[in-house]
Amino acid sequence: MKSLFEHGPSLRTRLLLALVVAGSLMFLDHRLQTMQPVRSFLSTATAPVQYLAVLPEEVLDRLVYLATTRSALREDNQRLRDELLELQMAVQRLNFLENENARLRQLLGSDVRAASRRMVAEVVAVATDPFSHQVVINKGYANGVYEGQPVLDNRGIVGQVASVGRTTARVLLISDQSHALSLRAERNDIRVIAKGVGDLNRLELSFIPHSTELQEGDVLMSSGLGGVYPEGYPVAQITAIDRDERLQYAKVEVTPFAQLDRIRTLLLLWPANATETPVFDDEVSDVD
Amino acid sequence: MWIKSGLLPLLLSYVVALVLTVMPIPAMFEPWRPDWISLVLIYWLIAIPHRVGFGTVLILGLLTDILMGTTFGIYATALVVMAYPALRHFQRIRNYSLTQQLLIVGVLILIKRALVYELEHVLNDAVFNWPYFYPVLSSAIIWPWVFLVMRRYRRRYLIR
Repeated sequence: MKSLFEHGPSLRTRLLLALVVAGSLMFLDHRLQTMQPVRSFLSTATAPVQYLAVLPEEVLDRLVYLATTRSALREDNQRLRDELLELQMAVQRLNFLENENARLRQLLGSDVRAASRRMVAEVVAVATDPFSHQVVINKGYANGVYEGQPVLDNRGIVGQVASVGRTTARVLLISDQSHALSLRAERNDIRVIAKGVGDLNRLELSFIPHSTELQEGDVLMSSGLGGVYPEGYPVAQITAIDRDERLQYAKVEVTPFAQLDRIRTLLLLWPANATETPVFDDEVSDVD
Repeated sequence: MWIKSGLLPLLLSYVVALVLTVMPIPAMFEPWRPDWISLVLIYWLIAIPHRVGFGTVLILGLLTDILMGTTFGIYATALVVMAYPALRHFQRIRNYSLTQQLLIVGVLILIKRALVYELEHVLNDAVFNWPYFYPVLSSAIIWPWVFLVMRRYRRRYLIR
């Protein structure tokens, strides 16, 4: 129905109406935080879009996998076997040390640390907005994922779960501008707070006095304070300390161990005190 | 039930725009990713304004909010504000040459991005960074091709 003349409410009225709707949604979400169920439902509804977005990559992966030659596979297999052997040896020692640690803690009368449970998740989408560093993973509340759950990769802490849909969940990265976590220097136990600055390769430590004992190259581990991240996982390394006396605090820049710009496989962690339990899918995906 | 001609291709174009918005691409090109949702919306707004209006813009904006994980309504507001000049002047924009359209699209996307930043700044204390505005350039540059492809698509599937 094309008509040269407008009918119905004028364009400006419709603009106003649309703005009022959007504005009230913003108010409901930001001020009253009442939109979580709607958000959860809608993120379940938009999950197909996210799966569609990684489809080309997955198809490509599959093609590359199909095209690998027998000899390449054999080499790969050999390399993995060697790696496994090495890791198994390391784990033997680790098991022994863990048992010893538990015994010693019992002797001292402090709590024995219970083991945490984990599950592997794949990144299905990235939020491309530089104001919010988030990724979407392919596990949701159907798998026992919960809000505030710690997420790691093979190098260190990546972030925490910010919202959960049925089969997807959104992970807030440690580099997000709204994210901060409590760390401890491995060398001398100095406690610091690392804030994200919206840069994937950089965090900032806040309120560090000029006389700090921190040095370039110090490794920072999660401190376990704050209750989100379990204690003792590597997070970042100090790359630069600027002790400019004109500033109130020393400016310390740290680089996260986790390669936040190329994460694909993540590890979800259920600490021992979590009420939720992981629910594993039956099927095992066979492409890396 | 009476379905207007070409509803499915129309919806499909929105889905494609949403998918392109969240598709993982190499980190080097990441800041230059064109603003697909705005591009597709602007095309439909000036091509079939009697059919694609603020309702569509609002729904698409909310879906973007969900996909991006931003506060509800940020993208919706920005897209609605961006849609107003397009709807107001669709007859004029339609008749411009592609180069002139390119400039207008650039300005519209600049408005949208500036508004998103401003809202993020007020609500979530976002810090300004230049790379957020790179897509204004890349979207404007890619507009002529988007326009031509979309026009063929519209004619092929009789979306009126």
